[in-house]
Amino acid sequence: MESIITDLGFDVLFKGNNAMRLLEGLLVALRISMIAVLISLPLGGLLGVLMSLKRKGIRFFGRLYLEIIRIMPQMVLLFIVYFGATRAFGLKLSPELSSLIVFSLWGTAEMSDLVRGAVQSIPRAQYESSAALGMNTAKTYCFVIVPQIIRRILPNTINLITRMIKTTSLVMMIGIVEVLKVGQQIIEANRKSSPNAAFGVFATVFLLYFLACYPISLLSRYLEKKANG
Amino acid sequence: MDKKNEVILTIGHLKKSYGDTEVLKDIDLEIKSGEVVVIIGPSGCGKSTLLRCLNGLEKTDEGRILLHGEPVDPKSAGIFRMRERIGMVFQSYELFPHKTILKNITLAPLKVQKRKKEEAEAEALALLERIGLSAHRDKYPSQLSGGQKQRVAIARALIMHPELLLLDEITAALDPEMVREVLELVLSLAKEGRTMLIVTHEMAFAEAVADRVIFMDGGSIIEEGTAEQIFHYPKTERLQRFLESLKFD
Repeated sequence: MESIITDLGFDVLFKGNNAMRLLEGLLVALRISMIAVLISLPLGGLLGVLMSLKRKGIRFFGRLYLEIIRIMPQMVLLFIVYFGATRAFGLKLSPELSSLIVFSLWGTAEMSDLVRGAVQSIPRAQYESSAALGMNTAKTYCFVIVPQIIRRILPNTINLITRMIKTTSLVMMIGIVEVLKVGQQIIEANRKSSPNAAFGVFATVFLLYFLACYPISLLSRYLEKKANG
Repeated sequence: MDKKNEVILTIGHLKKSYGDTEVLKDIDLEIKSGEVVVIIGPSGCGKSTLLRCLNGLEKTDEGRILLHGEPVDPKSAGIFRMRERIGMVFQSYELFPHKTILKNITLAPLKVQKRKKEEAEAEALALLERIGLSAHRDKYPSQLSGGQKQRVAIARALIMHPELLLLDEITAALDPEMVREVLELVLSLAKEGRTMLIVTHEMAFAEAVADRVIFMDGGSIIEEGTAEQIFHYPKTERLQRFLESLKFD
């Protein structure tokens, strides 16, 4: 039994406080992604509503912003903000702040597109039939329009959140020690004593991501089922 | 119900244009309590627009619409209160897809009229019983057929106790075999003495339900009279041609 654990490289987890360090690395990843989500959802919601209005100027800039963010790989964005801002503007952004900016820009862009699509997909006649029942604008939004928008964006929003969690693995490229980086450090440090550590450590990292994202996926499936009656 | 023969809705010199196109040219019309008025006419003659003006879904350019002497004006703050008194049912039902059938019916009485939950639900259940859909109370609109949805939409309008009910081509989106169940419900409402203004393409139904038929063409009222007069003794050439165009022989 013990040899299997060693062969697969899981033994390093029990050395020192390695397991704890991995868990802390996961918390760094979750902290960055969750703060970015908390910023992105309301900002993206607001931008999405603005985009759904038929104002040419707003739509042009919103579209431009969305396309730029979508075309750029997240890693390039991280480099631009972290290295670029320091060089070009002399701003000393910490790695964590840089990653929060990038993830919030990305999340806001994606969220705005989800909300815009949902708002535009509500037929005009839903507003009219609410009005015909004597509902004023506030009641129409509160009881008829917003609940429908929320159900429409729910699955994709949850999907976006899990994507943001997973993509935090990139922030180690600008020096943040998150779960993947901790894993690499553990493997490096134990190269001699546990040459097989790579499998055990990365398998554990996989498990940690899974534990973080799977409950969110389950929640999404539950909410979707509930939304479909 | 109100006293029979009392005028409840007055439309005077109503005009409306979309850009350069005049869709309503100087419409005058009175509707009395308990009366069922059916508007017929070719597509684009302005009949649906007229109906939509009557509860302020469309702005008018000139003229006035009065319900019991009070103006229906989409720009006024009182429009919401007026809409409670003028029910409307649409061609595409427009039930709220995120709410059950029962909640579709009780939403407006609870949130707009602030009625008690037990009372509103009791009335909603009685209405569901009447339209034969009690068993579907907890289903969602997507689980119902078109005819069932349209009957729910009618119940949703009825629970507000409107003084006037506007029906805008309510069978136009239905499969033929479902038209009858909806029209029979409307017929039974007519027998109860409800005041209704109906736009329809179902001429046989129009003839059966109408106290008065109005023929519109090109944004004007061309001819009006009893169903008998309009369908069997049309006076104007335009109405004759319109009725001719519906026949196959």
